[in-house]
Amino acid sequence: MEDYYFKAEGVSVGYQGKPVIEEISFGIKRGEILTLIGPNGAGKSTILKSIARQLQLIAGTAYIGKRDLHQIGKDRLAEELAVVFTERIHAEMMTCEDVVAAGRYPYTGKFGCLSQEDYRAVREAMRLVQTDEIRHRDFHKVSDGQRQRVLLARAIAQEPDMILLDEPTSYLDVKYKLEFLSVLQQMAREKCLSVIISLHELDLAERISDKVMCVGEGYVDRFGTPEEVFSPGYIGKLFHMTAGSFEENSGNLELEAPKGKPKVFVIAGGGSGKSVFRKLQRANIPFATGILFENDVDYPTAKALGAHTIAEEAFQKISDNKLNEAKAWIDQCDVVLCCREQFGFWDRENGLLLEYAGAQKKKIEKQQDFFHNKQEA
Amino acid sequence: MSRKKRNRYAAAYAALVMLLLTLLMLNVCIGSISISLSDIVQNFTGGQIGETERNILMQIRLPRALAAAILGGALGLSGYLLQTFFHNPIAGPFVLGISSGAKLVVALVMVFFLGHAVKISSAVLILAAFVGAFLSMGFVLLMSRAVNKMSMLIVSGVMIGYICSAITDFVVTFAEDADIVNLHNWSKGSFSGISWENVSVMAVVVGLASLFVFCLAKPIGAFQLGEGYAKTMGVDIGGLKVALVVLSSILAACITAFAGPVSFVGIAVPHLVKQLFATAKPLVMIPACFLGGGTFCLFCDLLARTLFAPTELSISTVTAVFGAPVVIVLLWKRQEKQ
Repeated sequence: MEDYYFKAEGVSVGYQGKPVIEEISFGIKRGEILTLIGPNGAGKSTILKSIARQLQLIAGTAYIGKRDLHQIGKDRLAEELAVVFTERIHAEMMTCEDVVAAGRYPYTGKFGCLSQEDYRAVREAMRLVQTDEIRHRDFHKVSDGQRQRVLLARAIAQEPDMILLDEPTSYLDVKYKLEFLSVLQQMAREKCLSVIISLHELDLAERISDKVMCVGEGYVDRFGTPEEVFSPGYIGKLFHMTAGSFEENSGNLELEAPKGKPKVFVIAGGGSGKSVFRKLQRANIPFATGILFENDVDYPTAKALGAHTIAEEAFQKISDNKLNEAKAWIDQCDVVLCCREQFGFWDRENGLLLEYAGAQKKKIEKQQDFFHNKQEA
Repeated sequence: MSRKKRNRYAAAYAALVMLLLTLLMLNVCIGSISISLSDIVQNFTGGQIGETERNILMQIRLPRALAAAILGGALGLSGYLLQTFFHNPIAGPFVLGISSGAKLVVALVMVFFLGHAVKISSAVLILAAFVGAFLSMGFVLLMSRAVNKMSMLIVSGVMIGYICSAITDFVVTFAEDADIVNLHNWSKGSFSGISWENVSVMAVVVGLASLFVFCLAKPIGAFQLGEGYAKTMGVDIGGLKVALVVLSSILAACITAFAGPVSFVGIAVPHLVKQLFATAKPLVMIPACFLGGGTFCLFCDLLARTLFAPTELSISTVTAVFGAPVVIVLLWKRQEKQ
């Protein structure tokens, strides 16, 4: 049997006896990060609250270590797990240090006075999340990013074996998001902390998680490593996406493709086309593009936004079939947009395409001119 | 705790205690017949003092001043507990209708006993007040489940307060007894007519309740952060909530039983004290609210008694003048924050 720190077996969670999600089974080891993803209102918070025992399990059993979650004394549980939830914290006239010190609750005496040991733990926690310099600042007067880190420090000061976090990065800008998750990752590694976190940022979830749990509406759809979970086309299904697309391989997120018959053919490759595809999307101009290799950085965007993309397998010579297919698409278009200054040895066929377009008297434009002229018009 | 903070707490406590003692002395000395400090010293060292002065000192002023100090402390503390419980800065026994509920039951009991020419003991008064306080508290709790908006909770509290007051007035108006004058004064709030028996009972009840509250300082601190967090830190939320409700009701009941309803002290004092100490830590706040409440009530009672002597103002008239602006400033500040 594998050595799980936390394990759920056939657990149902919900409110007032009414299950929101049923039959949840999973395990998490020490030092692992488990991320919950899924649409709003699917029940990620419900799962977290149930693990934190703020809600009663409706069915099934959960274990911390070898003990039944609901048999552990509340003092003991407070030493096992700490939380960073979305509940607003009332920290009237409290400095950041005071808030972190609140995490020492399970260890202080009858009147909650802090010992030297407690102060050491508080300072250590604040150092780890880099909030030393705001120690004496009013908790309500620091930035969102700092506040979240202080709340993480509070949880760390509680010296738990597991931390539960409910959408801790939602209101943070990209810098703070990355910083926050880096600190969390470092904590998990250094302190061998188990972490269960719910995230809305799929790209980040894929990167930080050892395990991912996909929570659909009313059920746990998938549980596994990010590689297992993020299979092509899955995210769109999980979130019932109707507009736009998410490309699991690259984490590429695109808006909806322009509809209609393509009027523009784009010759791209090597990253030159991505921004052009998006510009065309914004201008609502359907386009076809090629010939791209499937490992080209332009490829995911082309596939998401293009009406048609002619692509060759990676590391293969461009076949005559593909070349002819591209020519056929150029025939249908009025304009050929060329994003490339020159062509290389492996895609000289794209050069042939450009010559073909010229021979067919198609309007050939550089992307700058094309969008410039469009604006004029 | 940094040294700076510790010094501030020490200084603030010293200032509060000094103020309390000074006001206690002034309350005893000042009046239609003034009593000098030396008279007081003489009285307690077995020296010479006039019979009238001795009577005024021992039978009227001293018990009254002590009652104002003790009950004021209870009010401040009860306000603090209610604000903590509801996470609502303008909660207090008066606005939530708890004082009025206590008043109603006490008035009913009083009228009944007076009608049967039975003397009422302090214990019965407190019990009656507690029943009333608990009933209104129960109503407010029910309301707080139904509405989770801060303002709605206060409005429902004020409404139940009005209903209880109306019924009390009705009872008082139609009660037929010479003692009704006394009852009338009491129903408007006054520290007059306090006996030594009253003082000793209130001292025991308020003292014990306050001690209990002090022992709960640690979980109260965690509770302040938020219920969810407190729970994950190992606080027995259910038990703590019951304790908070019972203790704040006992404290509020004690005041109402002896002095009738006293407005605004419960809201204003915790905030003034918070500003003075620059902290909201329960361990500091609990004794400080008690001292602050005592000081505030002594000050207001002194004014109520002396400002338009020989006419005496009701205590709530004075506490409202000083307490209501604090509430307005509070609401204004909150608005600004949002």
